[in-house]
Amino acid sequence: MAYSEKVIDHFKNPRNVGTLDKSKQNVGTGLVGAPECGDVMRLQIEVNEDDGTITDAKFKTFGCGSAIASSSLATEWLKGKSIDDALSIDNMDIVEELALPPVKIHCSVLAEDAIKSAITNYKEKNGIA
Amino acid sequence: MSKPIQIYLDYNSTTPCDPRVVETMVPYFYDHPGNAASRSHPFGWKAEEAVDYAREQIAGLLDVDSKEIIFTSGATEADNLAIKGAFEMYARKGNHIITLKTEHKAVLDTCKKIEKLGGEVTYLDVEGDGLVDLAKLEAAIQPNTIMISVMWANNETGVIQPMKAIGEICAKHGILFMSDATQAVGKIKTHPKELGIHLMAFTSHKMYGPKGVGALFVNRKNPRVKVTAQLDGGGHERGMRSGTLNVPGIVGFGKAAEIAKKEMQTDAERLAKLRDKLESAFKAKLEEVYVNGNTEHRMPHVTNISFKHVEGEGLMMTFNQNIAVSSGSACTSASLEPSYVLIALGLGDDLAHSSIRFSLGKFTTDQEIDKAIDLISNGVNHMRDLSPIWEMYKEGVDLDSVVWTEH
Repeated sequence: MAYSEKVIDHFKNPRNVGTLDKSKQNVGTGLVGAPECGDVMRLQIEVNEDDGTITDAKFKTFGCGSAIASSSLATEWLKGKSIDDALSIDNMDIVEELALPPVKIHCSVLAEDAIKSAITNYKEKNGIA
Repeated sequence: MSKPIQIYLDYNSTTPCDPRVVETMVPYFYDHPGNAASRSHPFGWKAEEAVDYAREQIAGLLDVDSKEIIFTSGATEADNLAIKGAFEMYARKGNHIITLKTEHKAVLDTCKKIEKLGGEVTYLDVEGDGLVDLAKLEAAIQPNTIMISVMWANNETGVIQPMKAIGEICAKHGILFMSDATQAVGKIKTHPKELGIHLMAFTSHKMYGPKGVGALFVNRKNPRVKVTAQLDGGGHERGMRSGTLNVPGIVGFGKAAEIAKKEMQTDAERLAKLRDKLESAFKAKLEEVYVNGNTEHRMPHVTNISFKHVEGEGLMMTFNQNIAVSSGSACTSASLEPSYVLIALGLGDDLAHSSIRFSLGKFTTDQEIDKAIDLISNGVNHMRDLSPIWEMYKEGVDLDSVVWTEH
């Protein structure tokens, strides 16, 4: 199976790889997937508590090229967005941007789950309903 | 722009043709175009002569009679013919077949068809090293068992089954012994008669011959084994396989067998050294590297390695412009399921997803192995830098205690 150039670019030069300090109050962490399934994504956001915008995003992913590209792209999109806007990121946006084939759509779903999970974690930590 | 380095370490999937094989085939495309079944003119005679000669070459490699070689389109067809053909032929004796969970799909899916046709099939588990437990095998035999089908060498792990002992069990119980020997023929000594094998499927393109031609060995004496034809037509190949013979393909197959007989021992010794070098280099350079399957009873040119906490397909993507290998990872196949062979060995899904199969061949060089060691080690390190599971492992998190969200 041939990958799109965008997938290859994100795979070779992944954006925002790394780890944020999860003990910080304004950091939300999402860990989704399972090693048994061949995909695990950890996506973290750092939020400006004054205006609710995402100031930083980092990821680490165990998975195939499409999974890595999906999470790398997600971190790019998250930076600068408000939490509410971030929640509106749809997996199909990722599919379209990366030209993922049907067998790789689950990678984009996982990325969307990771975003939502990180935001939920941030909200829970900060008592936001 | 210079051409990227291309290192082929996927010989279990297919081998390139030996140039000497191609050379032998060429005249049979145009200069000698006859149909081997045409008895009335020299074109036919020439083709028949060439097929007979190839049959001798192949029989020579296996130490069998040339009349015991039935040409097919490949090992898949030979597996189908052996199992379905024996099931039909020996219907009066019984309808039970025993095989292993680690067999190739050509055997497993054929057995599933047998079940649909009213047969009974036992799919035996293997041990953690990939070998069958002989006591369990013998215990699975029933009064209606007609055949045991066990592959000689596994395509994913290279593990070699105890063929001689299985042959003895079959002889003791008067059961047919069938073997898918696709990965073994032409690489190691495979003399079916010495081991009591009655039916044996193999193919040309795994032994430096052309694709599209294979064969089934059918034992002719003590006992005389017959299989019911699965294709209806002109009654070629002693009535067991109709269809005009692929003369150039068969000529190439024969030549490949002749070369293998002479050279496989030397190749095997050299490749075992390169394979061992590959394994020990990974173990020296990287942590958490596991070789899958029995390392004593295995093919000389194969190793199946799990690089823990790295997903196989992603890893392959770091070097697949330069190196061709296979992975037991889900994502490489359309099925999304990780390798059923590795799962049958008791590997967790996570290790199965992290596996890479390296299969070397006669054109593999020392320099290529050195290059592969470098590129793949770098790839593993790159993927581990990206892997949250690796980070957790390094932090001492007990990964079994983590609540994962299955998807």
